[in-house]
Amino acid sequence: MPRFNLKVAAVVIPAALLLAACGGTNSGDGASSAPTASSSEIRIDGSSTVAPLAAAAGELFKAENASVNVSVGTSGTGGGFKKFCAGETDISNASRPIKDEEAAECAAAGIEFTEIVVANDALTIVVNKENDWATCLTVDELKKMWEPAAEGTVTSWSQIRAGFPDVPLDLYGAGTDSGTFDYFTKAINGEEGASRTDYNPTEDDNVTVQGVEGAKGALGYFGLSYFEENMDKLTAVEVDGGTGCVAPSIETAQAGTYAPLSRPLFIYVNKASAARAEVLAFAEYFVANDDAITSKALFVPLSADQKTTAQTAVAGLK
Amino acid sequence: MTTAANWSIEGKNHERNFKSIMFLGLLWLSLFVAFLFLIILLVTTAMNGMGRYDIRLFTDYNNTTPADAGARAAILGSLFVVTVTAFMAIPIGIAAAVYLEEFADRTKWYNKLIELNIQNLAAVPAILYGMLTLGILTLLGLKNKNVVIGGSLALALLILPVVILTTREALRAVPQEIRDGSLALGATEVQTVTKQTLPAAIPGIATGTILAVSRAIGEAAPLLLLGALVFITYDPNGLFAGFTTMPIQIFSWTSAAQDEFKQLAAATSMLLLVILLSMNGVAIFIRNKFAKRW
Repeated sequence: MPRFNLKVAAVVIPAALLLAACGGTNSGDGASSAPTASSSEIRIDGSSTVAPLAAAAGELFKAENASVNVSVGTSGTGGGFKKFCAGETDISNASRPIKDEEAAECAAAGIEFTEIVVANDALTIVVNKENDWATCLTVDELKKMWEPAAEGTVTSWSQIRAGFPDVPLDLYGAGTDSGTFDYFTKAINGEEGASRTDYNPTEDDNVTVQGVEGAKGALGYFGLSYFEENMDKLTAVEVDGGTGCVAPSIETAQAGTYAPLSRPLFIYVNKASAARAEVLAFAEYFVANDDAITSKALFVPLSADQKTTAQTAVAGLK
Repeated sequence: MTTAANWSIEGKNHERNFKSIMFLGLLWLSLFVAFLFLIILLVTTAMNGMGRYDIRLFTDYNNTTPADAGARAAILGSLFVVTVTAFMAIPIGIAAAVYLEEFADRTKWYNKLIELNIQNLAAVPAILYGMLTLGILTLLGLKNKNVVIGGSLALALLILPVVILTTREALRAVPQEIRDGSLALGATEVQTVTKQTLPAAIPGIATGTILAVSRAIGEAAPLLLLGALVFITYDPNGLFAGFTTMPIQIFSWTSAAQDEFKQLAAATSMLLLVILLSMNGVAIFIRNKFAKRW
């Protein structure tokens, strides 16, 4: 290794750095002009439950508006609202209504929004195919399994109802960042976020499918469309919310008789974004073609009343 | 193999002979087990993807109906992001390596510090580069983090240490006599580097950078952190456009409900594998064809 003249190094290296810095400056310029360049892009993020619905809407919309790009992220309902309230997205998908503190965050950032119900979902309780005892569970029995007090103590089906066999209870549920978790805990345990913690939490419903498929005493929950895709592997449990056993289905979810686990799904539209023609057009398209979109994505369509409400909400965006 | 055979012929010490054959057998067994799992994985993935090795995998965008879905946006996204990554990481990486190897005074504390850091950075988990990039983009005030330039920046940071280290190896392999000869004939230091040392090291540098870039193609973790897990149905059309890449598309399809999406994921995995293998093939070809022996 020769001792090279440091002067040479002093010229060559800053030159290289300068080149790199120039590249950096260029990208900096680009950053400031980026919003105009990508103005024909509609950014959607949020609930992974609603994502397939928004993606289906995007596909159908793009078929008629080829120049508009729609991207759909899956950060979870909570994560989606964080981005939404930071102004990073135009539309936020949610599997539960926005929370007060999230709305406050949006308000603090000066983000105004409109809530639109776009579909219904029936949270479906699934068990193993070999499970021949639990055909119908009451809300109280589900609470017995999932409430915080059950942690470490309720470990067998025989503890749920007299007559159930002594098979170990193996629970699969949604991760804590998901709207599904919030909704389920509220509907079953009475308090949002209150749940035992010794279950298998996952944001990936396939994990629940595989887990429940693999253990005789397993039980899990996820959206109806996910169950419909996996009917050959799992059994859905009827739920008794006080008015008798009701099976999850499009009809019972729409009618609201599948209580308390049928739920509306939302999109939240940033009002400032709706000033852009393509975002407004997309929201209008979503509501006007809701039947086609929900049937493509296998979701429960809106009832007539819900449709009227959604149309009013969209009209308010103009 | 030959060593073990020689021992068995000499056969002076039976116990030692037996032990070495046992050891060799264990080594072969380990190799066999590793290879077996690799083959099983490859074959099952290839089988799972059966039925989707068609042109529509390349031409169609992602779709919520699996029969209409393809990996076009992901394939183009991967190629675009990796190209930008290469443009960012390779010039800086080579320049840094040339400085450290040819110009830096290794007795100086700051050069020692740089050297130590580069060695360490090569072993940093990929996700940390994603966090670092997320921080940089936030500081720059970029609203959309899931943009090509962001992904490329994360991947460039990820492979930079590898580029630097392999380039330095290649430069080190150039005999000192070539530099001395060049300097003795009156060439300046810069001429020596640009006309002699660097050209002589190019095969080694090319091999190293291709391997580094192929690592970038297969990487998903830092991009996930930037929010690249999105449903995208358009070509990446600029440095500030949203994008998705093949590893992320595979990740997203494997968590879908329909089995057809898992089929697509398997087919895309095989495609990614073919791309990686051919890049490594090119690297090996360059090394064998152009590498000089002194």
